[in-house]
Amino acid sequence: MLTFIRRQKYLIDYTLSSLLRRKTKNLGLLLVYTLIVFLLASVMLYTHALQREAGIILAESPELIVQRMVAGRHDLVPAEYLEALRGIRGVRAAQGRLWGYYYDPVVKANYTLLVPADRALQRGEIVVGAGVARTHNMGRGDYLTLRAADGKAMPLRVADVLHHESELVSADLILLGEADYREFFRIDAGLYTDLALQVRNPREVRTIAEKVTRLFPDTRPILREEILRTYDSIFNWRQGIVVVLLSGAILAFAIFAWDKASGLSAEEKREIGILKAIGWETSDVIRMKFWEGAVISLSAFLGGYLLAYLHVFYGAAMLFEPVLKGWAVLYPAFRPVPFIDGLQVATLFFLTVFPYTAATIVPVWRAAIMDPDAVMR
Amino acid sequence: MIELSEVRKVFNQGKPNEFCAIRGISLRIEAHEITVLKGPSGSGKTTLLSLIGCLARPSSGRITLNGRALSGLPERFLTDVRRRTFGFVFQHFNLIKGLTVLENVMLPAYPAGPEWSALRRQAQQLLERFGIGAKAGYKVEWLSGGEAQRVAICRALINDPEVLIADEPTANLDTKLSREFMEIVRMLKEQGKTVILTSHDPVVFAAPVVDRLIEVRDGLIAGGA
Amino acid sequence: MVMRRSDAFITALGVLSVLFVLTFADAGMKIDGARQALERERALVQGLGLTDLCLFTEARYTRHPTQADLHTPFQDHPLALEHFPTGSLFPPQPVYATDADIHPQTEIPD
Repeated sequence: MLTFIRRQKYLIDYTLSSLLRRKTKNLGLLLVYTLIVFLLASVMLYTHALQREAGIILAESPELIVQRMVAGRHDLVPAEYLEALRGIRGVRAAQGRLWGYYYDPVVKANYTLLVPADRALQRGEIVVGAGVARTHNMGRGDYLTLRAADGKAMPLRVADVLHHESELVSADLILLGEADYREFFRIDAGLYTDLALQVRNPREVRTIAEKVTRLFPDTRPILREEILRTYDSIFNWRQGIVVVLLSGAILAFAIFAWDKASGLSAEEKREIGILKAIGWETSDVIRMKFWEGAVISLSAFLGGYLLAYLHVFYGAAMLFEPVLKGWAVLYPAFRPVPFIDGLQVATLFFLTVFPYTAATIVPVWRAAIMDPDAVMR
Repeated sequence: MIELSEVRKVFNQGKPNEFCAIRGISLRIEAHEITVLKGPSGSGKTTLLSLIGCLARPSSGRITLNGRALSGLPERFLTDVRRRTFGFVFQHFNLIKGLTVLENVMLPAYPAGPEWSALRRQAQQLLERFGIGAKAGYKVEWLSGGEAQRVAICRALINDPEVLIADEPTANLDTKLSREFMEIVRMLKEQGKTVILTSHDPVVFAAPVVDRLIEVRDGLIAGGA
Repeated sequence: MVMRRSDAFITALGVLSVLFVLTFADAGMKIDGARQALERERALVQGLGLTDLCLFTEARYTRHPTQADLHTPFQDHPLALEHFPTGSLFPPQPVYATDADIHPQTEIPD
């Protein structure tokens, strides 16, 4: 055992000396390799953390939402629908929801205006999300003036700012009272944006959705499980897309690495001949080459992963900000909760360490089985 | 100690460019002697040397080392035998560029996995013995021809082999350095080593220390004392 | 005397490996620390009846992808440019079970 370790250490010695001979080339390779692992790992860690967090918090979203569609557009729902839906067996409760969008030309941002079900707000009072507060640089007691549907400016006093820890769901929210909302958007008292239903038995939610569409064929029910499924697929898709975008870089690197790792130069072949002539076995040469691949790929994997971890969970994934921001002015500032998928990390490990190491060993196999007397000729 | 009987070596067997380098040589090399294989280039002396040193296997015939047949051994054992028994000094020295002198000397011992500090000390002592201890940290490409050969000799001796094998050792050296080399060979013989050389340089084969001169011509032994 | 190369490498690799393991420990601790915040977030989602993450605010269908109807534009191709890159990051709206199951006779779901 001791001899085995000593032998491996000698092989590492040799490999490192040999790599250091072409310092710039090999350090460059290590750098590019680390960068690619870093990018892949960042995407993986970030999307997985968001996916898990979305799954946890959106599990509390309404069980069943009923939208009314008119000519392919989402339309306001009359209050009569609400009464009829309450009559469906299995529906525990139903509320009309009031929400909508507002484009603020001053800062060129979109807000979501919402009438909260869980709190009563005074006339002229609003509660804003931390993103809105940040964009306008305002706090409790300040006034925000919005232009109502009739063109009149409507000054609203900020009664509170939502805690920044909830920015992932609330950054662009402006909560206001029902009367203000209806006045602001000029929506009549008998209309709602959509309806939220609570169901007595969660297993019946599908049956109830079916009953809803039978009762009102112009509606479209959205189940909570569908919301969760959408977010699952969004993050999988996004991860897939970034991998696709990255794949160009990965492919270029793969070609480069393959060339570097697999092509044995005449000099390397000669060296292997010398090593064999002075008493190295074929297996020693192969192990030495294994270490050459392992030294580079292990360092790149660990380095890239650690940097990605710091980037995503300590640096709030700042490199992705422009991508996630897109054209939006208002962007939630949050640090993802570090949910890590061990299997994903293991996959990354196998995908980065194994192919490279294999690529270094395969060609050497052919060279190492040549006769050691080749160096004499 | 090393005995060859009816050894033949054919290259590219079965192909149109088939070439018979050694055409049936029987030979016995004694321990603690200096043997020189002499002959013009292309005579097959280098091939014969690589057969003796277990670098290559004969196409037919038997080679025994201290009475033990080597021809049938699998590669692993053959490598092991070669590493323990023979030390090689190649014509172009074949040092590994980019590595230091000390690393080059230590290389043949790596597969056995001895203790690092002991191996390092041993390599350093060898270098001191051959007067190049000060160059231990140098890269080998900075060495002169004579220094490079001494490093190659040190590397050949690191595993403390019974037999030192050198192919055309003076081909890249001037007369003064060639004489110094023969002095080293004499020293090694005094220490009880067996030395086998190939050469067509009179400084080597006419040296008084040489015990036996074997002339190789066209893959056969033309004459031997 | 300088350190032996393999020792230096093994030490470095050891340090990196320890850090690697520590990321999982750190993540576990951070998750524990975030439990209350997550609970408050859940309460907010429940209280306000929120349905979506506020990641992209530039368009209706990016702010509330689960609430968008199927006629919202350009949701079908990663190279869609109208709200690049957000638009490219969104998958086509999945056809909800309720859309597909309930009106088997409907040719175009809405």
